[in-house]
Amino acid sequence: MSDDTVRTRAAPTARGRPRPGALAWAPALTLGLMLGPVAAGLAGTVAPALGWLPALGGDHLGTDAFEALRAWPGFPRAAALSLFTGLGATLTSLAAVTLICAGWQGTRVFHAIERGLSPLLSVPHAAAAFGLAFLIAPSGWLARAASPWATGWERPPDLLILQDPNGLALIAGLVVKEIPFLLLMTLAALGQVPSARSRTVARALGYGPVAAWVKTVFPRVYPQIRLPIYAVLAYSMSAVDTAIILGPNTPPTLAVQVVRWMNDPDLQLRFQAAAGAVTQLALLAGALGLWRAGERLAAGLGRRWIERGGRGRSAAATRVLGGGAAAATAGALGAGIAGLAVWSVAGVWRFPQATPDALTWRSWERYGPRLADPGAETFILAGAATGLALALALACLEAEQRYGVRSAGRALWLVYLPLLVPQVAFLAGLQMLALAAGLDPNRGAVILTHLVFVLPYVFLSLADPFRAWDRRYAAVAAALGAGPDRVFWTVRLPMLVRPVLTAAALGFAVSVGLYLPTLLVGAGRVQTLTTEAVALASGGDRRVIGVYALAQTAAVLLPFALAGAVPRVLWRRRRGLRDD
Amino acid sequence: MTDAAGLRFDRLSITLGRNRLVTLDGHVAPGDVLTVMGPSGSGKSTLLSVISGTAAAVFQVRGGIHLDGRDITGLAPEARRVGILFQDELLFPHLSVGGNLAFGLPPSVAGRRERRRRVEAALAEVNLAGFANRDPATLSGGQQVRVALMRMLLSEPRALLLDEPFPRLDAGLRDRIRQAVLDRARTRRLPVVLVTHDAADARAAGGRIHHLDPHEAGTDLRPSPRTGDPA
Repeated sequence: MSDDTVRTRAAPTARGRPRPGALAWAPALTLGLMLGPVAAGLAGTVAPALGWLPALGGDHLGTDAFEALRAWPGFPRAAALSLFTGLGATLTSLAAVTLICAGWQGTRVFHAIERGLSPLLSVPHAAAAFGLAFLIAPSGWLARAASPWATGWERPPDLLILQDPNGLALIAGLVVKEIPFLLLMTLAALGQVPSARSRTVARALGYGPVAAWVKTVFPRVYPQIRLPIYAVLAYSMSAVDTAIILGPNTPPTLAVQVVRWMNDPDLQLRFQAAAGAVTQLALLAGALGLWRAGERLAAGLGRRWIERGGRGRSAAATRVLGGGAAAATAGALGAGIAGLAVWSVAGVWRFPQATPDALTWRSWERYGPRLADPGAETFILAGAATGLALALALACLEAEQRYGVRSAGRALWLVYLPLLVPQVAFLAGLQMLALAAGLDPNRGAVILTHLVFVLPYVFLSLADPFRAWDRRYAAVAAALGAGPDRVFWTVRLPMLVRPVLTAAALGFAVSVGLYLPTLLVGAGRVQTLTTEAVALASGGDRRVIGVYALAQTAAVLLPFALAGAVPRVLWRRRRGLRDD
Repeated sequence: MTDAAGLRFDRLSITLGRNRLVTLDGHVAPGDVLTVMGPSGSGKSTLLSVISGTAAAVFQVRGGIHLDGRDITGLAPEARRVGILFQDELLFPHLSVGGNLAFGLPPSVAGRRERRRRVEAALAEVNLAGFANRDPATLSGGQQVRVALMRMLLSEPRALLLDEPFPRLDAGLRDRIRQAVLDRARTRRLPVVLVTHDAADARAAGGRIHHLDPHEAGTDLRPSPRTGDPA
């Protein structure tokens, strides 16, 4: 995965090692497939932003597009919204994850949180946003639960909760999805620092459990989760599907406005869209700079705070806040999905009743058959992208192990790169490149675009267990006469079935949840459960939204269930592989 | 016995950066044991990984290793026919006991029946008859060692490496298992390299002893190989 890995092809092979074969090209090929579209897309965005897109008559360079963008009255507010919601969601998520870990690491509650993480992580952004909307809307479950006995509301209050102009609902929708992601990344990082021992030492010195964690563990964990945090920031600033469902409308966030222009029949608006996408990139650069400055400030203040030696005995407040954050996240996602399910089978359901008058399959009978085509498309895209990503990631890791080269840690940011560039900044460019080249949008292009987003997750999820595998098994197998290929297929892969399937389920979930890549690269002609569900947002028919969002969630949860069940059945008689 | 038979080290030296870890010159005849002793960090395990062909590329290896007259220095691990037993048994957890043994059996032993018969015979040899379908994780420590030993012997190695073997067995069992391994090596006329920091291992092996000096990071230490009688 690193440039080191690529370089070793030329390096002299050590004696007794097989000469690198085709496998040695895997890292280069993978990087190319992952970063090529990003680079091409960025170029395809920057050129029209500067006026260059001959297919649409843009043949001179200039700043017209940026001036048109500045002339749009909503621009300052849209840009400010992107910054505010992005930074707000990232800061809130990080704070919640810190509270959860500081308050609960090493307890039984923490193990329960760990176990519940994967399903929460896999809920697609759009379904999570719809679920949250059904909860917090003026006519949502929360209001119904408290009405009329507590609120006195006999009809939904006239409050602007969803799509509020300050983007608070959008921040909430982002946070419930980013907390599970950051928590997972933090768990992985906690495994790499001696967190339990540090904490024990600090507690022996008289520190309370929370102070011990924040003062000895957090400073070492933070550098390890820095890239995931930046990815959260990049995503939150430019998320489109969540923003369409929960975000403000007049004006929307910059990313949403760019997508509106991209889909406008007036092709001349593409120039303006490109300028907006470039601006989005600049906004992210600014936000990252701001964040880094904040990191330095916090590090300086934190050091002084640590050196003052306060023992901070009580853990109660942190525990309550951390536990509350975890419960709120799980509750929002869980109750949200439940809300989708209830709406999809609801008959008449008047406000302020907490449950529908009657349950009926009518919505499923009516819209169910329409799920077939986008459902099949979803599975084809996700299956193909995940299969490719799995093959490439395994080839990279196997090449790394076989030729004795470790992927350097400093190249990790290359894996994260597709997650650090705002989606809209390069996807808009990909669409315009296709336009310039006269290419019809097709499924293959969408699969390759999905691969860009699926690969990092599959690789990151697979890399740790793959590298942690005891290589002496390979040495034993080789001493027994097994060549490297036989070792891979008959020893290594079977022993790693569980992480491989987990990575596959994660990749599948990522692909299913992708909205913008499918929309822009497929130019609206490749329709998945996700694009269809988000398209329903403006209609506001909760029953049909419930059907689609639930189908989308099922498409994600099913592979996760399989990934859990298959190894259990496969290895039911192998105690050594039962719990990894 | 011809001079070519057995394991011959031809001025073998292993260096890491500027540190010379191991130098070894000499011959281990079939059925003989060379015991390599040294504290942890002295390069014992590296020596074994160089002989078996699995050393990391960072180690520079000079000189040669010959097994039964064949230079194996440049061969892939699977082509060397050097069997190794690690500290842990490392039975493949996804295979049954019989599956583990069949993994070691060369493909030249053809036919399901014949392969099954060889596996059963190997199990019977170490008093584990009828264990073929068991999950290796359900075996006791001593049973696992015996399975690992037979798996290795079924692969028909021409030399045997022992990496601080059997540390988790209690003393009495350990003596018996060690004796069983060494006896089999002797009857099959396999040259054995045993690395250990345990004097009891060295005594039991009864062959020559080669001492590795501990090296300190950053210094270039002269190795002082000594050859002596077992204590």
